[in-house]
Amino acid sequence: MSAPAYDLGRHPAALALVNRHRLRVWEPLPWILALAFYFAFPNHLGFGTDLLVTILFALSLDLALGYAGIVTLGHAAFFGAGAYTVGMLAHHGIWNEPISGLLMGASVAALIGFASGLILLRTTGLTLLMLTLCTMALLEEAANMGEKYTGGFDGLPNLPIPPLFGLFEFNPLYPRVQYLYVLGVLFLCFIFVRTLVYSPFGRSLTGIRENVLRMHAVGAPVNWRLVTCYTISAAIAGIAGGLWAQANAYVNLSTLSLDRAATVLIILVLGGYGRLYGAFIGAVVYMALSHFLAQVYPTAWQLGLGLMLVLIALFARNGVIGLWDMLRNRLMAKGATMRATKSGPS
Amino acid sequence: MRVIFGIDVASMVLGGLAAGMVLFIVSVGLSVTMGLMGFVNLAHGGFAMLGGYVIVLAMRNWGIGFLPALALGFVVIAGVSIAFERLLYSRLYRASELDQVLFTIGLVFMMISTVTLTIGPENQQLMLPSWLQGQLDLGILHYRTYSVFLIAVGTAIVIGLWLGFERTRMGAQIRAAVDNRRMAESLGINIDRLFMFTFAFGSGMAAIGGGLGAEFLGLNPQYPLIYLVYFLIVVSVGGLGRVTGVFFASILIGIFDFALKKYLPQGGTLFIFAMTILLLLWRPQGLFGGKAT
Amino acid sequence: MVRTLVLAGAFASAASLAQAQQEVRVGVILPYTGVGAELAQQIDRGMEQYLKLNPVKGYKVTFFKRDVKDPGGGNARNVIQELLTQDKVDVLAGWVYSPNAIASAPVVNAGKKLAVIMNAGTAHITQMSNYYVRTSFSMWHAGYAMGETAAKNLKAKTAVVGYADFPPGKDMLASFKRAFEASGGKVIDEIPMGGPAAVPDYTPFFQRAKDKKPDVFFVFVPAGDHSSAVVRTYGALGMRQAGIKLIGPGDVTQDNKLQAMGKAAIGLITMHHYHADLTNAENQRFIASWKKDYGAESTPDFMAVGGYDGMAAIAHAIEATKGKLDAEQALKSLRGWKFASPRGPILIDPDTRDIVMNEYLSEVVMKNERLYQNTIATVENVKDACKALKIPPCK
Repeated sequence: MSAPAYDLGRHPAALALVNRHRLRVWEPLPWILALAFYFAFPNHLGFGTDLLVTILFALSLDLALGYAGIVTLGHAAFFGAGAYTVGMLAHHGIWNEPISGLLMGASVAALIGFASGLILLRTTGLTLLMLTLCTMALLEEAANMGEKYTGGFDGLPNLPIPPLFGLFEFNPLYPRVQYLYVLGVLFLCFIFVRTLVYSPFGRSLTGIRENVLRMHAVGAPVNWRLVTCYTISAAIAGIAGGLWAQANAYVNLSTLSLDRAATVLIILVLGGYGRLYGAFIGAVVYMALSHFLAQVYPTAWQLGLGLMLVLIALFARNGVIGLWDMLRNRLMAKGATMRATKSGPS
Repeated sequence: MRVIFGIDVASMVLGGLAAGMVLFIVSVGLSVTMGLMGFVNLAHGGFAMLGGYVIVLAMRNWGIGFLPALALGFVVIAGVSIAFERLLYSRLYRASELDQVLFTIGLVFMMISTVTLTIGPENQQLMLPSWLQGQLDLGILHYRTYSVFLIAVGTAIVIGLWLGFERTRMGAQIRAAVDNRRMAESLGINIDRLFMFTFAFGSGMAAIGGGLGAEFLGLNPQYPLIYLVYFLIVVSVGGLGRVTGVFFASILIGIFDFALKKYLPQGGTLFIFAMTILLLLWRPQGLFGGKAT
Repeated sequence: MVRTLVLAGAFASAASLAQAQQEVRVGVILPYTGVGAELAQQIDRGMEQYLKLNPVKGYKVTFFKRDVKDPGGGNARNVIQELLTQDKVDVLAGWVYSPNAIASAPVVNAGKKLAVIMNAGTAHITQMSNYYVRTSFSMWHAGYAMGETAAKNLKAKTAVVGYADFPPGKDMLASFKRAFEASGGKVIDEIPMGGPAAVPDYTPFFQRAKDKKPDVFFVFVPAGDHSSAVVRTYGALGMRQAGIKLIGPGDVTQDNKLQAMGKAAIGLITMHHYHADLTNAENQRFIASWKKDYGAESTPDFMAVGGYDGMAAIAHAIEATKGKLDAEQALKSLRGWKFASPRGPILIDPDTRDIVMNEYLSEVVMKNERLYQNTIATVENVKDACKALKIPPCK
């Protein structure tokens, strides 16, 4: 009896499964690049900070969309909840220490995620898409109307954010501290998400995404798992929003807008969902292209961006990462062995 | 007092109906294509925009009448959309919904950019013929002629579509395919051709809607993104692939929205979104949808 | 790849400039895409026209044009930060959206460069940074003047106000109401008419206004697509026949939309600091050059004039500081600066750095088969009433 089990353990697929969570050699690369950016482009750190915040936001969406299969078009609700929590507490002089502020932002976002998840996650497809979108739109309209507390359409400008650890001042013109601060928070959140998706909890989420009926059949508490995942995802989105508010010393309705929710969805799908690093690749490609293309062609950059999205969708499955997988598989297929299996989100 | 109240209600219903008709004409194609193929076509509003441009520019530059221009818009956009469908969309039928989203959003960006660069970012004005301007005497009240015209056109279209759907062979095929695509395919229905046809027809309808709605909604390159949410709300509330569902959802939202704007303008967009949430929680497949998505 | 392209472009432009003329670097922050693209085009052309008609001799003006995309604030901040640190611009210019001007104030403060606002009209913006100079308008300019005039000249007793539901709209409501009621009128209903992004169907709002039977219906919506929809809805609902005058700031009769509005626009009464039919010599020169360059169908509007006058202010500052444009000197040269603009004489208020200008009451009439704005009365040297009366958040 033990022999086949032993063989099974040596099977390449089983090995791949067992070794999934191990650190691969290239994994420190994004972080090295992020630090290199800091030194190479000291005058683009505002953009760099924005990019890192977007990566974190896309990562939070990946948890919900890529791993649990929750297709949402309202994720900015949590980004905005985090941003407004940080912004309102600071503006009204209640609390403005950055790190604890982030935690508060995360808590509020998680609370909203939990409450809305309980109700909305029973639905799927277009219905879920519209429900999440409308929930976000409700929050946006509420923020627009609660002018006394939220600053309404104008937002809350000049947030008094004190120096980080009481030492490092946030300079608006040279946002070095903001960049490193956001990078540090992104790193911690990434470690957390990476651990989570390779844990049994993460595996069960993938199971739900791939086959809900079977997960029901094996007795997994499907709905509860989804709500938990959605709540965690909301909390991380809340942290991203809080970071945005602190780095810009500003919060306004754009943090809750459909524009932001749709952009982050496009970024994640462009990079490749359910792949952890899709958020990084998508954000870098999308934002770098639109930022630098817009500098050269301020009126025409959207054409290039649209063309890229169309081409990626036509010729790759699951974004840039999918394209990379496809190329690699072709190369490997050309080589001696034909071991390469069909790639896809896993 | 009672007469005034009656006129009030009548004017509200007429205004809401007119707005709802535009929503219906633009969205019906989106609903059918999404129901038929499960294709998430976010560029649908883009065809409405392009159609609107064809209609408005044809009237202005070639001096053709409003009704012939509408027909022209339908034909041109239906033709263009067949080309799009064969060359691009058909490659993505088996792709995931999210790849379809990426593709169609990219397409929208390209449409917006192309129109901005070639025609300009400014709003295009629809010049209504004189017989559609001003007020019409309806007996108990005077009402905006164009609104009455929209209601008449919308009613004609919905009756035509209903007959086409319920009484023709192709309509039966579409209904069968929406309900169970595999079964329909195994019965020998050519789904691809069916889809190409409905896609072209739906895009052509959107083009007409873009032209008809330009009087209220304006017409500029941003059109497909600005109104996308409204089209999606109508489709989700109406139910995928349901012509009558989309019709009643459009009318309901049109009238409800009109009444709230008139009597509670302070509420902004709050109610329309709250109403959508409640309706979808009550009937997740839409008011008239039956099939699980 | 993209980076090298950008760098190559920057080097190329820098190389061609390294000649005898001193270079002045102007960072332009406008929404070249999105819903504001049309407004950006007007301002952009206004700036170009000023330089064409009044070359700044001895200096080479280089534009660094950046798209801020949306009113979200974040993009504007990043763009300005890079313009200041990477492109090392000497002066900032632009701002269509008020939220962007509000969000970028801290960066502008830290950058210590002259910043010329060419549109953003929320009243208190100029008080958020000492480097802001505004050559466009405050909502209170036209709103307050119209409130007084409606009661005194037009003899209106009651008014309904319909406004786009965002800060400029609320400013407009507040300014009109204050002046109108101080002059003996009464605002009987206030109707928020949706946000600034999408053009709503105005029928329900106008139906409500019609039911209230006011003497005048004061409407503010953002210039652009909204204004033509307003005029056509007014005509289609038969409000003129019902004896209700449609009045508003000039956004409603924006020049490049006016001809398309048709006969419904005849009789509209607006208050604004500019319309293309002003007869002064500067304006005629401006219009002639504009139509020559962009076609007879194209018309500049008040946005373009904001860009034109903003460029004039920058040109003045360049000459006054001999191209150095250090912020203190540049601001000093602009405080109290007077200029003969296409909109008539203007002045930068030495205390508030905001514009002081004439407001024109005009009526749309038919003249030579085209709609024409006939100036009925002129209110001279209007200051921003929000700051003059210290109405919060103005100080």
